[in-house]
Amino acid sequence: MNRPIRVVVAKPGLDGHDRGAKVVARALRDAGMEVIYTGLHQTPEMIVETAIQEDADVIGLSALSGAHMTLFQDILDMLKEKKADNIMVLGGGIIPDDDAKALKKAGVTEIFGPGTTTDNIVSFISGKVKR
Amino acid sequence: MKDIVKSALKGDNLSIARLISRAEREVMADPVGSADLLSAMRTIHKKVRGVPVVGVTGVGGSGKSTLVARLAREYRKDGKRVGIIAIDPTSPFSGGALLGDRVRMSDIMTDKGIFIRSMGTRGAFGGLASAVYDVAWILDACGFDAIIVETVGVGQDEIDVVKIAETTLVVLVPGLGDSIQMIKAGIMEIGDVLVVNKADMPGVEQTVGELEAMLDLGGGRMKDRKIPVIRTVAKTGEGVIELYAALCAHREYLEKTVGRDTICRRRYEGALLEIVKDKVMERMLDEFGAGGHAQKLVDKIVRSEIDLRTAADEIIQHGGKNGSHSK
Repeated sequence: MNRPIRVVVAKPGLDGHDRGAKVVARALRDAGMEVIYTGLHQTPEMIVETAIQEDADVIGLSALSGAHMTLFQDILDMLKEKKADNIMVLGGGIIPDDDAKALKKAGVTEIFGPGTTTDNIVSFISGKVKR
Repeated sequence: MKDIVKSALKGDNLSIARLISRAEREVMADPVGSADLLSAMRTIHKKVRGVPVVGVTGVGGSGKSTLVARLAREYRKDGKRVGIIAIDPTSPFSGGALLGDRVRMSDIMTDKGIFIRSMGTRGAFGGLASAVYDVAWILDACGFDAIIVETVGVGQDEIDVVKIAETTLVVLVPGLGDSIQMIKAGIMEIGDVLVVNKADMPGVEQTVGELEAMLDLGGGRMKDRKIPVIRTVAKTGEGVIELYAALCAHREYLEKTVGRDTICRRRYEGALLEIVKDKVMERMLDEFGAGGHAQKLVDKIVRSEIDLRTAADEIIQHGGKNGSHSK
């Protein structure tokens, strides 16, 4: 039997809108994944520590505040520093195309912008995570 | 795997986390586990010290997670490192789970002396996850001085937590029902400490009163010890110091009356039976399900050729194999 894929869904930074993150979390749950939901206002350190302790395969970040460049980069750096950069980082929210390109270059595996379907995210994760 | 165990025992979070995943994974595939894991768990077993395990159980929404986070801080003030196992239900439909206990634990998440692991029940009933025993022992061996196990939100009779925890805390909230609810069997029997959380809500006096009246009726598991009823407001931290003191007092009481060895012995006994039960059941159901055997038996039941209990006996006696019942 395959183990369930474990995904940390987190909202870094200060914006208080978690509806999108909840919709995604629920869709991943329904696709048979174990979603560790951490809620709002997470610091990069909290997210990285959570992903390590939970032995997550994926970190899904939702950011609507505009601070994604700094926050995502901090998370990538910290994962590397803690030798946990095998964990896949995905981003979602309001992220301009140029920023998305730069983040992917920096190590974010994929950015899902507005209009992405949850099926899209589910099949992306299922396809990428080795079990 | 050996390297993982080695650095886990040194306290490396990444390795502890991976070891836990391995244990969870093996339990899913086969409740006794592969040779690799067995040898890892043998090493772990030798390092288990028998640290206090506190079970926190109660209805969903009663404030268990918030209370666990508060308690963890009290342990930290005492200079103790804490392992938290937070269990939430796995969907029987999708196999997925939403593990949300961390939402209430934000302010302890980066404390180096705290390790939190969220677990899905993955098919186990009774409020725990099948691998919870392995995880508790891993945390014990890897240097945590106390372990808190938070069950799924329970109803009336998910009481497996007593198999892993020697101190069980039942979290109640005002307004759940009258004195008849209080004297029902099941969850109300397992509390070594009873907590009325959200004690700033109306009805708290009545709830505490009914609990105390229930305890005054006598009986129960512990005849020589008064079970404390403690009011808390987990959100503000009110009553948490008293609660922590009550937990420590209970452990001390057990060490004095039955002793540390017996505490550990009871834990192993509970776990052993659970693991055997899981394995036997899994094997039975596997063999039973194979080859359409299950369906054939159900057909017979539908046609009134056999009754339910006889059919069940057939499965148990023949391990579900190709069915002597067809003769």
